[in-house]
Amino acid sequence: MVVDHRQNHLEGIRSILAVALSPLNVIINLPRSTGEWISETFATRSMLQQQNQALKKENLLLQVRQQKLDSLRSENMRLRNLLDSAVKIKDRVLIAEVIAVDLDPYRHQVLINKGSSSGIFIGQPALDASAVMGQVTHVNPFSSTVLLITDASHGLPVQVNRNGVRTVALGTGQIDRLELPHLPNNADIEVGDLLVTSGLGGRFPPGYPVAEVTSVTRNPGQPFASILAQPKAKLDQARETLLVWTLDSIQGYEPPDDATKAPENNAEEPQP
Amino acid sequence: MNLTPQRGGVVILLSFLLAFILTVMPLPEWVRFYRPQWSTLVLIYWTLASPQRVGVGIGWATGIVIDVITGTLLGQHALAMSLIAFIAQKMHQRLRLFPLWQQSLTVLVLLLIEKLLSLWVMGALSQHVPSLTFWIPPIVGMLLWPWIFIILRDLRRKFQVS
Repeated sequence: MVVDHRQNHLEGIRSILAVALSPLNVIINLPRSTGEWISETFATRSMLQQQNQALKKENLLLQVRQQKLDSLRSENMRLRNLLDSAVKIKDRVLIAEVIAVDLDPYRHQVLINKGSSSGIFIGQPALDASAVMGQVTHVNPFSSTVLLITDASHGLPVQVNRNGVRTVALGTGQIDRLELPHLPNNADIEVGDLLVTSGLGGRFPPGYPVAEVTSVTRNPGQPFASILAQPKAKLDQARETLLVWTLDSIQGYEPPDDATKAPENNAEEPQP
Repeated sequence: MNLTPQRGGVVILLSFLLAFILTVMPLPEWVRFYRPQWSTLVLIYWTLASPQRVGVGIGWATGIVIDVITGTLLGQHALAMSLIAFIAQKMHQRLRLFPLWQQSLTVLVLLLIEKLLSLWVMGALSQHVPSLTFWIPPIVGMLLWPWIFIILRDLRRKFQVS
């Protein structure tokens, strides 16, 4: 049975069972969803007005930024055209809600309320508003499981945003910590560096923020520096997650030679 | 063979459903690691109470359900729980005669066997080895056993589940 599952033959059976058991999830989610419904229904007028104003302000701010981004993007495209390199900027995203269900406490997984009926596939990247959250590992017709980047079995190819140093961010099993192994002591990496996805694994689109380096310990006696990073995504509080389809996916993207410089990462925003 | 009509299947089913709900009920971060193995406890009770109805098959099915709802490997809990159902069924006559505290100790051993098998499967898959908090749920389960036993026994008598 174990071997069978490792070869993914039982994925179908699992999803059938999961559909049969989905009423259970609804029941468990009931207290929270009714609580939300009550607080939404009985929200006062002044509260709504306040919220509305805040959202308007935020919208204005975002629009200003978007203008800047548009010009940057066209500049980036122009430069890329000059360099003859692949352009891959448009992404399609879908918003899914996290279902309040506790899974195995020793694995970092969340259950979301969209499944293969919405076109979700295994290996699809999931983001939250600020950074990468994880990837889809099981897909059922109406729900799917997302493995978070901090799970001990998860590795994510990243690069340092400042200079393009490439590495892999491994999960540690702690919700606020990623590990960057196998970086030599003289690697150019500092506390506060932003790590973004490098897109080398072919799974995650390049250029999304992942984590911030929190500690770099260089021990001359050790061959590699020990570097820790903190995920930018709010992995333990996220209520919603964005699932990404990269439209111009892997075929347009040529993995760079190890000797050449990694491509400069471009500001890239999901398009709803 | 029992020739009397079987009654109260609904009660058994509902108690298992409640156990499943308790298994995945969201809890605050600090209590998550103390969550007892509800469905195993319920399974042990019903195997002791009516071994002719609840046994290895039901244990296996319960385990599969737990695997699906908690997102572990399919079969990880099923293996452990069918073994536990088997042991409990073999020993049910002896276990029924034990005083409650002695029963709790036996239940502790059964719950530890489940955790051990889970750990074994996780090791075979080269998953991350969990910390010592992994072993807390059986102890919580042992402490809860007398209450679970009394509550389920009263339920069984009320609905005359045979």
